[in-house]
Amino acid sequence: MKEARGGMWMKYVGAFGLLLLLVGSYIGLFVAPAERHMGDVARIMYVHVPTAWVAMVCYTIAFGLAIVSLWKETAVSDARMTGAIETGVVLNGLLLLQGMIWGRPTWGVWWDWDVRLTTSLVMFLLFAGVLALRSFVDDARRRAAWSAVATIVAFVDVPLVYFCVRWWRSLHQVQSTPSTVDPMMVIPLRINAFAVLFVALWMIHMRKRIELARRKREETDLPERLAVQEGEANA
Amino acid sequence: MSNERKRRRLFIIAAAAVAAATLGYLASGGIGENLVYYWSPSELEAAGDEAIGASIRLGGLVAPGSIERGGDGLTLKFAVTDGECEVPVYASAVPPAMFREGIGVVVEGTMRDDGTFETRRLMVKHDNEYTAPAEGDSVDVEKMMQSMQFERSES
Repeated sequence: MKEARGGMWMKYVGAFGLLLLLVGSYIGLFVAPAERHMGDVARIMYVHVPTAWVAMVCYTIAFGLAIVSLWKETAVSDARMTGAIETGVVLNGLLLLQGMIWGRPTWGVWWDWDVRLTTSLVMFLLFAGVLALRSFVDDARRRAAWSAVATIVAFVDVPLVYFCVRWWRSLHQVQSTPSTVDPMMVIPLRINAFAVLFVALWMIHMRKRIELARRKREETDLPERLAVQEGEANA
Repeated sequence: MSNERKRRRLFIIAAAAVAAATLGYLASGGIGENLVYYWSPSELEAAGDEAIGASIRLGGLVAPGSIERGGDGLTLKFAVTDGECEVPVYASAVPPAMFREGIGVVVEGTMRDDGTFETRRLMVKHDNEYTAPAEGDSVDVEKMMQSMQFERSES
């Protein structure tokens, strides 16, 4: 029952996030000034930057849950970890596309093998790999353990994505701070950051429920499937 | 605590240790010296003849007053500087609209034996400052998007 009420609550978090996204994007597109050198093209940052932040937040949540999942071995922590990775991978994919769309008119290229771009692509592939790994393991407990360990290993790339632009030379610029960004641009950036975060938390919750339902079906189907296998073996 | 649980916890600790060690290694500059996205003009000059014919990226600022555009609109000469050295660059590429004096660029190509850097791939860097247009500034987005229409001439 507690779970069901939590679900109701998350729905409002998601709806509030979508509403914030509309407000933030409106301010970003129509109220905030254009950028001095990039003009209106720079307005893509109001989705690009929040997408990047929240993708990394999702992976960080997944990392924490991976440790919990190994420690406590509960179905919920495994399902929630999977939801966080799925949401992270979707945002990560969007992030790469938005970056390419921004890069072409400003840098002059869709893509280059600079550290920020490369580590972001690696991050996408690593976590997509964790999801692929899950689909190969039939035993629920083993699947939880393996994917938790894989998540911990994949997570090494996340701080790397964040810090690489400071540690090495790159095409991508280093992080901006409020002092390097016009105050009127900071407002929609902040609003959209929370907007995407709320939508992501709601998505994680929904994916967790799906994963739990999938596991439950697996468990109820198991005796049936074993019976079928036995039948095939006897035939 | 059962043996299995003990093993599992050992597993977590091992995985976390591997992760932390990898990150620590990277942070302490273990591969930092081998991971060079671009060379500065000074480094390129220090490399001397070794740079000739090698496939490299050169990064720096476009030296003020150095831009010469070719009549066909497809070639471009300018110098890349890091404040100490200047390398003349010959580019057969259409630069993005952001290209201007004093901006950061990364060019991919090779050093010719006459001391000019030849490139077909010209990338413009943007710094982390985002400011509103100052009085009198105008960004021609039309022109900015137009620079995307050209493809590099391979001839």
